[in-house]
Formats: sequence, structure tokens, C-alpha cells
Amino acid sequence: MSRRFNPQYSFGWILFFTAFFIFASPASAAHLQKVTFLPQWFPQAQFAGYYTAKEKGIYEKYGLDVTILRGGPEMPSDTMLSGRKTMFATMFLAEAVQQSSKGPRLVNIAQIVQRSGFMIVAKKSSGIQNAGDLQGKRVSLWPNFSLQPLAFFRKQNIKVKIIPQAYTLNLFLRGGVDAASAMWYNEYHSIMSAGVNEDELTTFFFNGNDFNFPEDGIYCLEETWKKNPDLVRRFARASIEGWNYAFAHPEEALNIVMKYVEEARINTSRPHQKWMLGRIKEIIVPADRGTSIGTLSEKDYMTVARELRLRGLISRIPPYEEFYAGSSGKK
Amino acid sequence: MKSFMQGAAEKNRKRGLAFKLSLFILASTTMIFLIAFGYNYGESRYLVMKNVEENAKNLALSTSHQIENVLRGVDDAPRYLASSLEYIDCSDKELLKQIEGIVKLNPDIFGSTVAFEPYSRDPRRQYFAPYYCRDMDRLKLSYLGGKGYHYPLWDWYLIPRELGAPAWSEPYFDEGGGNVVMSTYSVPFYRNGGGRRMFAGVVTADMSLDWLKETMAKVKIYRTGFAFLISRNGVFVSHPNKDMIMRESIFSVAENAGDTELREIGRKMIRGGEGFVSVPEYFTGKKAWMYYAPLPSAGWSIGVVIPGDELFADVRNLSWIVLVIGIGGFAFLFFVVTSISHKITRPLRRLAETTSEIAKGNLDVDLPCERSGDEVGELTESFENMQAALKEYIANLKEATAAKERMESELKIARTIQMSFLPKRFPPFPEKKEFDIFATLVPAREVGGDLYDFFLLDEEKLFFAIGDVSGKGVPAALFMAAAKILMKGSISRDVDIAETLARVNRELCIENEATMFLTYFCGILNFRTGELKYSNAGHNPPLLLRAGRKPEWLPLPEGIFLGVFEESPYLTYTTRLEPGDALLLYTDGVTEAMNSGEKVYTEERLYEFSGALANSHPEHMVREIVADVQHFAGDAPQSDDITMLALLYRGEQLRAGKAEGAGREKGNREGRTERGDLP
Repeated sequence: MSRRFNPQYSFGWILFFTAFFIFASPASAAHLQKVTFLPQWFPQAQFAGYYTAKEKGIYEKYGLDVTILRGGPEMPSDTMLSGRKTMFATMFLAEAVQQSSKGPRLVNIAQIVQRSGFMIVAKKSSGIQNAGDLQGKRVSLWPNFSLQPLAFFRKQNIKVKIIPQAYTLNLFLRGGVDAASAMWYNEYHSIMSAGVNEDELTTFFFNGNDFNFPEDGIYCLEETWKKNPDLVRRFARASIEGWNYAFAHPEEALNIVMKYVEEARINTSRPHQKWMLGRIKEIIVPADRGTSIGTLSEKDYMTVARELRLRGLISRIPPYEEFYAGSSGKK
Repeated sequence: MKSFMQGAAEKNRKRGLAFKLSLFILASTTMIFLIAFGYNYGESRYLVMKNVEENAKNLALSTSHQIENVLRGVDDAPRYLASSLEYIDCSDKELLKQIEGIVKLNPDIFGSTVAFEPYSRDPRRQYFAPYYCRDMDRLKLSYLGGKGYHYPLWDWYLIPRELGAPAWSEPYFDEGGGNVVMSTYSVPFYRNGGGRRMFAGVVTADMSLDWLKETMAKVKIYRTGFAFLISRNGVFVSHPNKDMIMRESIFSVAENAGDTELREIGRKMIRGGEGFVSVPEYFTGKKAWMYYAPLPSAGWSIGVVIPGDELFADVRNLSWIVLVIGIGGFAFLFFVVTSISHKITRPLRRLAETTSEIAKGNLDVDLPCERSGDEVGELTESFENMQAALKEYIANLKEATAAKERMESELKIARTIQMSFLPKRFPPFPEKKEFDIFATLVPAREVGGDLYDFFLLDEEKLFFAIGDVSGKGVPAALFMAAAKILMKGSISRDVDIAETLARVNRELCIENEATMFLTYFCGILNFRTGELKYSNAGHNPPLLLRAGRKPEWLPLPEGIFLGVFEESPYLTYTTRLEPGDALLLYTDGVTEAMNSGEKVYTEERLYEFSGALANSHPEHMVREIVADVQHFAGDAPQSDDITMLALLYRGEQLRAGKAEGAGREKGNREGRTERGDLP
């Protein structure tokens, strides 16, 4: 059968090619700026927004060719940034403030996680129903993340026996400690995935006014920011757009995360990543907080900085305007 | 809809015996079969389950036991070294030798270390943990701990330290060791320092769990039944699906399915429980059963899974066979029942066809001739008898009807004869004013042979008579006709009436082979003078109704009925009638008329009734009496002719008024006088 020329087809093709050139040309490899980005831990849903931004071509749309590095204990963000091994990296706010005070100075280009996901989990079977019951108990704390719980215990006037917490919660699960540190989006679910029911646990969250240490933020060296503020802004915006897309399409985002997980041969399950994506959304866009993704509130900043100075971890508080790229001072 | 159902019900009611029989037998059989089938299926399943639980339990426990044996074999060496380290101070060289020995002598042990608390063995050294592990065929020594590996924070060190007891670690992927799943057994050891027993470090033995694959793969139950192993945290250590190992836990599988049932099973498993449970479909892709048992030393749990469909495959196969046999049996039974019921009912159907022919009136059809000794045979015989009886009855009926018709026609002839001989014109002599006469004969169904007669002998004499022939039918009619003709032929105005009777009697006696006889009363009235001569041959006495007086029975001369005795003598009596006197003649059809209560009309009733009718016109008188008799008899059939004759003497018209009173006296006197004259 011979097909005769159909003007409709030709019109379709013209449209297609026009669209192709309009949208594809700015993203074409020649115009993309190569950047590197390091999430602070192994691939997991905690970083779903960045993977999504990469996979869905959002970074390309902003003219960026992003290489996402694989994080982990051997690749600490602070070292990687100061060693200029990566242009961008995520860090907890408290870590970043400490690092910045040591130098080289860092700039927060977007505060992604607004609420602290940090928590203390205790077994009801150890007789712990409220904060007071922690008195004298064995509590395991991550050496790097003990600021909040220590501030909490001080405020509650509780003395606990601190046990160093390892990379797993097995000590807690086997009854070696009465309470353990956990991230709501990660270890808390691991505890449940080891067969412990929620109603068997007592939880202490650190997202109240006094202890809310905002966590993951995107950082770069101050020099990077000064040299190429446009590039930095584009990376921040593209990352936020990636998060928005991930939250709007959770299944698709989950598929992307699982792809990175498989590549990194991480022993994790899809339900765990699903839980993580759900919880990370709740602390990135808290229902009761009007701020848009990426904003670092001065109040939160000061809470963290003051606690750091109190603990003697920093000697002076870096000015908010210098630290946060989104502040009026930096704009 | 309703009418359709009614129609269906109607249709069912109309179904034949064969259909009903088949339906009930087959329905009952099917029900019995289904009950037996259901019971068998349920019971078989129960037995299989019991059996399977036992099998699975044995399998789970024996596998658990096997693994336990290996684990126990591994944990002996580090235990021994840990306990010796408590008391014996040994040099680094000796220590290395000990560790090397552990790995060398225990093929199941992949690597071993003694890790000391930081700075405890040597205050200058933070980490001291010499580690021997297998590398190809040799043993390789390395020292654990360093900037990137702070072993005091790792489970294998931390957990026994904090628990103060030996422990198997959670299985982990050892990236250096060829990506095999490993688990480390760690035993803490202590030293006395400053009077206190202080934690000094751990002795470990790493074991590759690779051999578990084989051990677990050996677990075969049914076709695709399998075993899996989960750690203390519920993580799959061994599973036929490699992607599950170390990634998924029984709880993540449950969570993925959004189900709590499997989660509860998992909780029981990691707590060291043992049991037989059904596991949800999503766990293995199909409905399955599982026996789980603990591995106490490591705190792990083993599950033996049996797919439900295979579990019951035999039962299902058996059930299929039973079902097929059942269906085959049903088909066979259907065939047998249908043909038998058809065979049984075939003679019945043929009988029904034949009898419906008979019912139409065709008595000559042949009944089915094949006979059996059963009820149908009996029924056919009964029908045959009935057919014969009917035939005979109908033949008899035909004969009887013919006879009856013949008789009816004879009776008709007899009646015609009888009636044709009676004078039937009234008034018979309209020119004669001196008397009125009226007679009637109401014939019975069977002709009785009554007769009446009257005629003028001359210008002043009237002959009248009434009679009753014995017997009925044509002979009686003919006899009556003969008697009447003889009488009419023999009587003349000058001859004595008694003599005439004697002559007629003699004539009738001749050749009267039937010996029929006739009662007869007759008289001759001189209607100018009122003189009445009369004679009687055995007939009922007439009533004499004298004007203005009570009725009286007319005195009768002796005289026997006619036709039997040739020489019977008869006498003539004479009396005188006065104007207004009336004479009423009747036959025994009147006085012996019977009603349905078998009561007789009687002469007394006639006497009373006619008394009220004195002085009325003869016709009126006769009709009234006949009406009364018929009224009395009611519905009872008339058995004899009812015959009456009434004669009213008026006398001379001119004398009528004067003579009325005197005439009565005179008549009576004369009556008595005349009688005195009789011989």
C-alpha cells in the first residue's frame, strides 16, 4: 500500500522539530556547565529530590551537567568540600556551622530539611514512658549527633549513661541499651522493620522550638558562591524543583531512588525507602510551617549556633547574612 | 413471570411417571454423592494437613539442628581463647599463633581476631586487633582499626561488650570477602585491673554463611516447597529468591503488602517461637503453609514453606477422579434409571392408550398381550375382565332394551285395542234428557283390561256395564274386547240380563286356555220409569247416591266372575231410581289405588268422597273422584286401570220438581221389595 502525502503528518513533524530545537538546544552538552554534588550519605530517599532532578532532566534544564557522587562514611561532606573534591554537598546545619567556623567558610545555598528528624527511641519494656523515665538509663548516642539530645537532657535535668552508638541499632534491638538515637525517616523504621511495633516504643522528637536543628542543607564554599553566584542559584533552584517533582510523583521518585540504591548495592528495601520519602517530605515541607523549600530561618539558625557556642564547639557565631545565601545580605 | 412459573409447574405435574421416577432417584443419588464427596474432601484435607504439619515440623527441626551443630562447632574455639585470655598473659606472637590456629583448625571459620579495647593492651596503641582470614589457600594476617575503621563502634565489638555475653552478629555482606554473607561470633573477655573485672576486648570468629545455601537448598518438601532463614531482625539470610537475601525482611514484605498477619508471624519467629501457620498469598505468590522453628544459639529462625496447591494436589487429584467417577456413575445411573422406568411404564402407557380407546366406547380393542406377574400384569388382567364384563353387560342391555321395546309396542297395541272398544263420545245421547251418563278409563302403563260400556237398547232402555279382566297386556285386552262384543251381541231388550251373563260366560269359557276371567257388572235402566235391572259377575258393588240421602252400596246378587266356570248362575235384581238418583260404578283400580306409603285408597274413602258429590253432574263427579284418587296416589306409579262410570237419572223433566221428595221413599221401598223377589 502506498501512502499518499498527508499534510497533517508534515505539520506534526514540523511542530516536533521546532519543539526539539527550542527545548533541546539550551540543554545540549556544549552549553551545560559541569558540576559535582555530594549527598552526605549512601543513596537513599533522603536525597530523592536530587536524584529526581538529575534523572528528570531538571538540572539540564537549568544548564547544569551534574555528577552526583556516592556519599558515605569515607566521604565526609566537610572534607570533600574543603578539599574541593565536590562543588556542592549536603550537610546538617550544625555540622556546617562548625565546619564554616573552622574554615574554609561555607555558604548555605538552600536549607532543605526544615524540621529535625532526630529522635530518641526507647523501649516501653525498659519502663520508659516519658522523659523522666530516662533517668539513669543506658542511652546510645551517635558521637557526631549528640548536640540535640545532650541539650534535651540538660534542659530536662536528666542524667543518662551514654553508650556510643554504632552504625546499626542492633545493640538497642538486643536490649544492650534502653534507648537509642534514631532518625525518624530511617532508623525508626528499621526498628519497626526488625519486628518491633510502634506501640512498644516511646519516642522523643527534637523538632520543638528549643531543639529543632534543621538538618540537610546544600552548601558550597564561599569562594564558589562569590565567583559564580548564578551557577549556585541555578543549582539550588533546580534541586528544589527536583524535590517538588519527587513529592508530586512519589512512585516515580521511589523508582529513581531504588535505581541508585541498586547501583550502590545498598541493603535496603523498597518499603523502607517509601517510608523515608514520606517522612522526609514531612520534615522538608512541614504542614504547620509556611516557609518555602530552601529557606533557612534566622531563628533556627540562631538556635543551632547558640547551642554550638555553648558547647564550646564554635567560638563565634558566623553572621546569618554571611552564612545563608538566601538572606538579604547575600542577595 | 408468574404465569410462566405456573406453566412450568403445570408442565412438571403433567410429566410422566418415568420422568418423575428418574428425577427423584437421580436427585437423591446426586445429593448422597455430593455429601459423601464433600465429607471425603474435607477429611482428606484434614489428614493431609496433619501429615504435612508433621513432615514440615520434622524438616524444620532437623534443618535447625544441622545448622545449630555447625554454629556450635564454630563458637567453641573463640570461647576457649576468650576464657584463656582472662588469666594468661601472652605475647603478641603467641596471640597471633592462637588466632592463626583457630582459623587453621576450623574449616568453617573464615577469619578470626582478638580485638582489644583501645589503649588497653598498649597505652601507645589505640587499636590492636590482629586478624587472620583465609585468602585463597593461605591465611592472611592484617590489623584491624584505623582512621576509617573505628572497630569499637561496630556491632561485632560493641554488642558483646555492652551485653557482656557472646553474640552472633547480624549477618552482613562482607565486601572484601567475595561478597558472601557473613556472621561473626564474638566472645568478650575481661581482665582484672585495679581489683575490678574490666572489659578487655572480644575474640571473634567470622563464618561465611555460604554453606547455608546448600543446607537450605537441600530442604525439599513437595515440588516447590522451600526453607528460608531469617536473622534476629527478620532479615532474610537465606531464601530461594536471591534478591530477598539481606535486603528484605519478613517485616518489609509484610509492610509492602500492607498486611499485619505476616508481621505477627515474623514477630513470633524472631522471638524464638515455633508453630504451623498459613502464610498470606503475597509471601510466596500463592497460598501456602509454613512451619517455623528457632535456631536458639544465633537467635535466628527457620521457616519451611509448603505451597497450598501442592499440599492438596493429591487430594484435588483424588477428588477429581472421584468426581469423574461420580459423573460417570451419574450418567450410567441416568441411562439405567431412564431405560428401566421407561420399560416399567411402557405397558402402563400402552394400557393407558388402550383404555382410553375403551373409554371412547371401542370395546373390541385388544389389550396389550405381553404379561408379567407384576402389578401392571394384574392391572391389565383386571382391565381385561372389566372389558369382558362391560361387553357382556352391554350385550345384556341391548337384549333387555329390545325386549322392553317389544313389550312396549305390545302394550301400545293392547291399549289401542282396549281404548278402541270403549265409547268415548260425551254426552253420548244428547237428545235424551232423562239421564246423564259419563265414563272414563285412565289406563295404567301396562294395560289392565278394564272396560265400560253403554248403549240404548230401545227408546226407553239404557244398557250400561263395567268390567275388569284378570291379567294384563294384549291377552287381557283381547279378552275384554271379546267379552264386550259378546255382551253387546247377546243382550237384547227382552232377554233377562242374568241369562245374558250366563250365556256370555259360557261363550267365554270355551277355549279359554289362559283361564282369564272377567268381573262384570251391568244394568238396564228404563229411563222412562226409573226401573233398574242389574246383575253382577263378581264385580265391586256400585254406590247408589239417592238424592238428598247418604250414599249406599247397591245390594248385589250372588254371581261369580265370567270365563272360568261354565255353569255359573247369575241373578237379576230390580230396583227403581227416582229422578236425582245417581249410580257410581268403578273398578278396583280406584279402591285399590296405592300411594308410595303402600296405603290403599279404600272403599270407605270413596264412600265419603262421593257423598259430597251427590247430585252433581256425572262428568264432574267422575273427574273429581279420579282427581282425588290421583292426588292420593301421588308419585306412586299407577298399577291398574282406573275406570269409573256415573249415571244420573233425571226422569221426566216435568215431574222432576214434585216427585223429588216422594220418589225417594218409594225407590227405597221398591228396592227392598224387589230384593225380596229374588230367589
